[in-house]
Amino acid sequence: MAKVKLNVNGKDHEVELVDDQHPLLWVLRDELGLVGTKFGCGMAQCGACTVHLNGSPTRSCSVPAIAAVGQKITTIEGLAQNGVLTAVQKAWIDHDVPQCGYCQAGQIMSASALLREKKNPTDADIDSYMQGNLCRCGTYLRIRTAIKSAAKALNGSAS
Amino acid sequence: MNSVINTENEYYPPAILEQIALMERESQGSAPVTGPVSRRNFMKVSAGAGGGLVLAFGLGLGEKADAQQAPGPGGPRPGGAPAAPQPINTNAYVRIAPDGRITLVSKNPEIGQGIKTAFGIIMAEELDAKWSDVTIEQAPIDSATYGQQFAGGSTSIPSAYNTLRNAGAAARAMLVAAAAKQWDVPESEITTSESVVRHAASNRSLTYGALATAAAALPAPTTAQVKVKDRKDWKLMGKRISGFDNPALVTGKPLFGVDVQLPNMKVAVYEKCPAVGGKVASANLDEIRKLPGVVDAFILEGNGQVAALMPGVAIVANNTWAALSAKKKLKVTWDETNASKDSWTALTAFAKEAAAKGAGLQELKKVGDVDAAFQGAKTVEAFYTFGFVSHATLEPQNTTAWYQKDPAGDKLEIWGSVQIPDSARTAAANVVGLAAGERRNFPNATLHQMRIGGGFGRRINNEYAVEAAAISKQAGGVPVKLMYTREDDLTHDFYRAGGFQALKGAVDEKGKLTAWAGHVISFNDGFAAAPPGGRQPGGVQGGGWPSPNEFPAEYTPNYRLTQTLTPIKTPCGPWRAPGSNTAAWVVQSFMHELSTAAKRDHAEFLLEVFGQKQAPVVAPGGFGGGGGGGLIPERAVATIKAVVERSGWGKPLPKGHFQGLAFHFSHQGHFAEVAEVSVDSKKKVTLHKMTVVGDIGPIVNMSSAENQVQGAVIDAFSTLALEVNIENGRIKEQNFDTYKLARMPIAPVVDVHFLDTTYPPTGLGEPALPPAGPAICNAIYAATRERIRTLPITRQGFSIA
Repeated sequence: MAKVKLNVNGKDHEVELVDDQHPLLWVLRDELGLVGTKFGCGMAQCGACTVHLNGSPTRSCSVPAIAAVGQKITTIEGLAQNGVLTAVQKAWIDHDVPQCGYCQAGQIMSASALLREKKNPTDADIDSYMQGNLCRCGTYLRIRTAIKSAAKALNGSAS
Repeated sequence: MNSVINTENEYYPPAILEQIALMERESQGSAPVTGPVSRRNFMKVSAGAGGGLVLAFGLGLGEKADAQQAPGPGGPRPGGAPAAPQPINTNAYVRIAPDGRITLVSKNPEIGQGIKTAFGIIMAEELDAKWSDVTIEQAPIDSATYGQQFAGGSTSIPSAYNTLRNAGAAARAMLVAAAAKQWDVPESEITTSESVVRHAASNRSLTYGALATAAAALPAPTTAQVKVKDRKDWKLMGKRISGFDNPALVTGKPLFGVDVQLPNMKVAVYEKCPAVGGKVASANLDEIRKLPGVVDAFILEGNGQVAALMPGVAIVANNTWAALSAKKKLKVTWDETNASKDSWTALTAFAKEAAAKGAGLQELKKVGDVDAAFQGAKTVEAFYTFGFVSHATLEPQNTTAWYQKDPAGDKLEIWGSVQIPDSARTAAANVVGLAAGERRNFPNATLHQMRIGGGFGRRINNEYAVEAAAISKQAGGVPVKLMYTREDDLTHDFYRAGGFQALKGAVDEKGKLTAWAGHVISFNDGFAAAPPGGRQPGGVQGGGWPSPNEFPAEYTPNYRLTQTLTPIKTPCGPWRAPGSNTAAWVVQSFMHELSTAAKRDHAEFLLEVFGQKQAPVVAPGGFGGGGGGGLIPERAVATIKAVVERSGWGKPLPKGHFQGLAFHFSHQGHFAEVAEVSVDSKKKVTLHKMTVVGDIGPIVNMSSAENQVQGAVIDAFSTLALEVNIENGRIKEQNFDTYKLARMPIAPVVDVHFLDTTYPPTGLGEPALPPAGPAICNAIYAATRERIRTLPITRQGFSIA
């Protein structure tokens, strides 16, 4: 299988694929060592593998890597710039969201996309947008709170 | 029938029972006990590699342990070489570097229960450390140094609390002594706070870092010399402190077992018979070996033990996708002669027949005379059924293992997300045939503990670690990461056993509980050759009753508990609050049936039951789980009264809202909970609010404690609507499209309150969960007058989403 070029977190990488179905998730984890993006189900049911493709939240377990060629791929490792955490990441720490923490990279990627689309999401907006991300530990209440807190921080800094 | 009688805590596997027994002896106070833990008063101090204080405490084998050098606790780095061995002392809980960095060592696995941060808080409190100076490190797995290292039974806090307090207090005492010596002032005039030692009279102060090297030259105090703080002086304990690993989690740092990458590592998948116990008759191995990226494919015969190595086909590949793609093309013919034929339909029919016979085959507990008490009394009869459920940890089971051939004795190195690391290490070493060493300690086997992406009891069993080790050996000694797919994980679990109970209860003319008869219908191990009095490893665990003394055994003047067991082969194991999570549902639901029949207020009825204790507590403690041992009626009454108050029980509610109340004691935690629900015309249940009052003694980290309770309520609600269906030995639910864990929209308001008590602190991974289910079901009854007697509630036409 041919090599392809992927742009991940602002850097170009050339990677060799097993076949044209080779999911982006496994390229990120196995070939690029970006293991922050997690495997949970392999069929876009749990959201643990959520990354951004040109800013849109995408389940990387179900997207072939070749479909991501030419797009800007952002993973959890690429959110913070120069070591400065985003408002969403900070809110996750401030509200002590994680329990086991396994789903949280995916949750943060979804939440970050939500806040780009909606500046002041309601509980219903949050529930609707985030329901593709499972949390087995049940940290949903804290995720809601953290998203609202991040929204407030973002709106405050924008004004 | 030659069956197994349940005894207290039998639903935990032997490995954890041994550890719990050892822990109970350790916790009996300062009296010396035999074995390696007898030197727990031993404290040793030494200088760190770059100067500074290294406080070894407690359980060590003295000089030998001190001389050991540990590998870097961070484990391997993605895409790079494994961490180089670092010059740290394994036998240490507290290290203070001259630059002021304080490293505290957390000895138990982090499974999402927040133990890493909690252990750090306990030590930092007594040390009077500034929290921002503190780094918390995962300890090496070394029972000779750290004693018991496992996560299960909500035992980490109660078992380690005193050890960790003493470690922190001892280090503080040495810093104070060093300052006193340096300033030539009495120790009594010296105070500490925020990593600084002060002498107010002379207005002098020094940081812990500045004193660390001098402190290291002083003798360590004994446990008896160390004084821990009065509770009123706590500064960190009970505060809300964000998890230590949170910055690493939100930036995607490698922490979990699944994140391990080693140089030249291969990725393996392992296909087992969909009906447990089947053997490989043939497989298209030649075809598989030719697929792109596949390195090898082979059959493992296994050792026939469900908790160790069952037969299957391993595929070893250059990367995960090559392995997963090849697995889809794998064709195996199974010999199912000895495989499971379990059928939930057949088991349900068996249970109904058994229930119709009245009492069960074995009597577990008898108080008074239930049959006489039933005569002429108002009685209620019911048959309760609960299905099997999966753990469904979001991190699928996985392990990285490296079998290394060595002329001086072959070695095994494991990186794993496991709840009982030493059990995983020895099980794997045993199966690959490593030299056992003294006391079967397998000195050539090492396990690196990784953070765990959800435990819930699943990772108390370690068959995936054994499989990884066996695959690495068979593949010629290459490092191998074994990955379970979600389908592997859901269909090869150690399930929360389903089960049944037939109940009959009576209330007198005043509406008081007078008699209770329970007939538990559950399972024993279909692979075991009818072992008298014992279960085979990997047999059915968690299927029966927590204890013959489980509530309300000691609170009912006439009580009888019997059981009938039938063999199954489906592997079962501990699932969050094992035994208790179903016992609470059965008992607290039926208790509500009785109070309803008596036309009594349920809170008043329950309080009355706790006021009529028949006999003293049978056994104090009861570390592992539920059972009668440890339930203190005054604590039960206090939590029930508090939850009644906080939830507005009996007061007007919004239109269409109804409440249900339940209490349960397990894992040393007393919890009373009130659910507020509404049920629509399509029988969809909305949980609006859960009010939770718990008594677990003092709280270590309030943020983490509230998080555990919120999660437990959501887990309980989610699980009310879940089951795995078993027919012909096969599990029907394969992935999250059919095993529908609850999603965010169902999350209710959870009002959490802990009673401020001075009982010893206990763990919180489990005890908030059991009463949540029956509280919700009792509320559903209040809303609909339909009693939930079958789980999942979908079997009665209800839904939660």
